Amino acid sequence: MIGLTSYLTLGAILFAISIAGIFLNRKNIVVILMCIELMLLAANINFIAFSHYLNDSAGQVFVFFILTVAAAEAAIGLAILVTLFRSRRTIDVEDLDALKG
Amino acid sequence: MTITDFLFFAFAGVTVAAALGVVASKNPVHSALFLVLTFFSCSAIWLMLEAEFLAITLVLVYVGAVMVLFLFVVMMLDINVAKMREGFVSYLPVGALFAFLMLAIMVYVVGPVGPDVMGTAALDNAVRHAADYSNTEALGEILYTDYVLAFEIAAIILLVAIIAAISLTLRRRPTTKYQTPDKQIRVKRDDRLKIIESDAEVLK
Repeated sequence: MIGLTSYLTLGAILFAISIAGIFLNRKNIVVILMCIELMLLAANINFIAFSHYLNDSAGQVFVFFILTVAAAEAAIGLAILVTLFRSRRTIDVEDLDALKG
Repeated sequence: MTITDFLFFAFAGVTVAAALGVVASKNPVHSALFLVLTFFSCSAIWLMLEAEFLAITLVLVYVGAVMVLFLFVVMMLDINVAKMREGFVSYLPVGALFAFLMLAIMVYVVGPVGPDVMGTAALDNAVRHAADYSNTEALGEILYTDYVLAFEIAAIILLVAIIAAISLTLRRRPTTKYQTPDKQIRVKRDDRLKIIESDAEVLK
């Protein structure tokens, strides 16, 4: 029998996979951005599962706002990426050390 | 095992497998396409949770807009895939260790095994709505009343994102000729017209 815990476990698995993805693909900014989208998706699954099992629509409103912010983040992130590639000809994270951080 | 259980495990399996594909693909284009599959199967899971509006929104907004943007950028950039994959194997143990630890902790707290600290196992008063229940209507009713301020702030955030994305990528090439309307409007007679005084010549 599937219940709230099944959905929360699915969210946890997705979140763990995206954490691993950020560790493994730490040279490629595009894949890192995709992993961040995956993390937001995992959070959204939790919100919707709780919204369903608590019978409260407010959780779905929050998912709506998270989708908005995630779309804005992806648009700006990719715009920065394009600008970066235009000026440096690379998107390798290790080459982007102009700030000497 | 009911049909609902079967559907949940099928879609959850596809979601997890596609998420692994996103992480492990050699080619970023394949990663983006796997992410599309993740979003699709996840929207099916949201449909099972009776969040129909958000499930459709996920497909329309994410698959239709955001992932196409990702694919566009990935294909536009000239990425050396082999160089990007350097260190994948050497980071694998520590990445897998961190992921496993986080997963173990999260499943311990909220999952079906463990002490059930949050009391999630008892939370099972889900109401299956009738066939004429409209999720969109229910969502709209609270979105435009209780959350109207947040809704307007979300609109501002999208506007800021549009302006930021355009102003970041707008490029002025020095070789292209542009009109500058403000200079055209501010022009004065003296900028354009020069009166030269000269003696009148008498024609023979």
